[in-house]
Amino acid sequence: MTVQIDLLIIGAGPAGMSAAITARKHGLTVLVVDEQFEPGGQIWRNIETNSRINRSKILGSSYLEGKETVKRFRDCGAAYRPRTRVWQVEAGCKAYMSTDGVASQVKAKCMLLATGAQERPTPFPGWTLPGVMTVGAGQILLKTSYQVPKGRVWIAGNGPLSLLYAVQLLDVGGKIAGFLDTTPRQSPFKLLSSFVKAAIHAPLDLFKGLGWLLKLRRHVKFIRNVSDVEAIGDDKIQHLRYKTGSGLEDTVPADVLFVHEGIVPTIHPTLSLGCDHHWIGDQGSFAPTLNQWGETTKENIFVAGDGAGIGGARVACLRGELTALYIAHKTRHMSMAELQVQAKPVRSRLKNAMASRPFLDKLYFPRSEIFNPDGRALACRCEEVSVETVRDQANLQVFDPNKLKALTRAGMGPCQGRQCGYVIANLLAGSASCKPADIGLNRVRPPLKPLTLDELATLAEPEARP
Amino acid sequence: MFRLIPDSREDVVAVHVDGVEVKAQRGETVAALLLRQETNWSRLTPISGQKRAPYCMMGVCFECLATIDGVPSLQTCLTGVEDGMRVERQRGRPEASA
Repeated sequence: MTVQIDLLIIGAGPAGMSAAITARKHGLTVLVVDEQFEPGGQIWRNIETNSRINRSKILGSSYLEGKETVKRFRDCGAAYRPRTRVWQVEAGCKAYMSTDGVASQVKAKCMLLATGAQERPTPFPGWTLPGVMTVGAGQILLKTSYQVPKGRVWIAGNGPLSLLYAVQLLDVGGKIAGFLDTTPRQSPFKLLSSFVKAAIHAPLDLFKGLGWLLKLRRHVKFIRNVSDVEAIGDDKIQHLRYKTGSGLEDTVPADVLFVHEGIVPTIHPTLSLGCDHHWIGDQGSFAPTLNQWGETTKENIFVAGDGAGIGGARVACLRGELTALYIAHKTRHMSMAELQVQAKPVRSRLKNAMASRPFLDKLYFPRSEIFNPDGRALACRCEEVSVETVRDQANLQVFDPNKLKALTRAGMGPCQGRQCGYVIANLLAGSASCKPADIGLNRVRPPLKPLTLDELATLAEPEARP
Repeated sequence: MFRLIPDSREDVVAVHVDGVEVKAQRGETVAALLLRQETNWSRLTPISGQKRAPYCMMGVCFECLATIDGVPSLQTCLTGVEDGMRVERQRGRPEASA
């Protein structure tokens, strides 16, 4: 028999953990499920182990900040199920999942999707070659295996994560052949007002970022305003060709290339639930449409953290806290008056924590080539459908991603559009001269993650009816 | 493609990758281990047989799929190494298991 709990949280990153801590404080029964082996999410990945074996210092202060949250989460009394892949979520707050090959189902009064973000897919010719991977992947390998890339290592990126990882690599004795800064050049006047706001509210963050930049420019070949990147090689990357906005072009030997063009919310679960989504123009991404407490357009289903729109770890924690307070009210653990009192200070901290976001969004908005890639690049990595093929279909007036999928198989592979969804929406929108929001994304079909029939068969009898 | 940072390692386990025994650290993922091998691809695509390697390391690209202890198409970036584990790089479409 499955006991119905108050709150099921999917994801044990900053938002999920903070929500669990708050919900437990108000007496809710909470279960947190997560794909990783330890709590922390991507940003604080492996922090318990790294702290224990003294590897955490190298990963910096914002990594260490997670230690306290993880400890409070461990002590808060929420049930925690690591190594768990959720493969189906349904309205009515039902979720199906597998842990170590055994399937189970959970029913809750409220469900919080704290599934975070993923790196923005960035097709370019050769992006599928072994040796090409994301900056986030490189950093995860540092956090989990304490390993660094070998040979001639290049980073082509835009945004704080690429700078941070490059600095971390240097700090652990790694070598970088060159850093291709793909941040588009823009007029300082356009950035001024958002910069002032960020400088007032988050001066330390700006100093930190500037420090990384200065260190890199001192120690690494640093090329600015890179507009095009191409990986060349037979069975792996051997060369890298790049072009800058000012017309500089070069081809250099490369063994590893890390790429990064910012992050976008994970929306697969909310898409599969049929929640409404909208386009965030400033971030170039979709996000689920939420009310002021983080509730989606499906009742009792909530989103907090970067999955609600990119804000970073501090914002994620506060959004998690705020949503958990409202869920405490919804599940009759707190009166409306009490909710208002409790939420007020959290809201004001949230406002502060978000103050630097407009500046970061403006400064690091991806270059136009990201939305309009080279025709030779694969748009759909799984089914090997090129950008050119997608454009050909658009020229034949195919603007519906689901129709495109039926015609070309783009989006039909195991990643289920996690890599190609945005690419296709951008390409079709470009051809139709409309917004990606008008195009939309592929319909998401169950299961959300691969599942063997053996695994499905381990699903016990449905829970006893209440 | 990758190397370990010299460090006092604990908890070393033995994993078989395509029949070859290699050392891994307990608590790391199979994908991380694959990226340290001389053969740096982890699967051949079912469409054209292209070589692919782990790309995102966080479960969203599905490039790291491999057969582990007989179970095909597992995301190796989400699977922890275990002593005696058998990993086979996936070549094209996996066979349906009996």
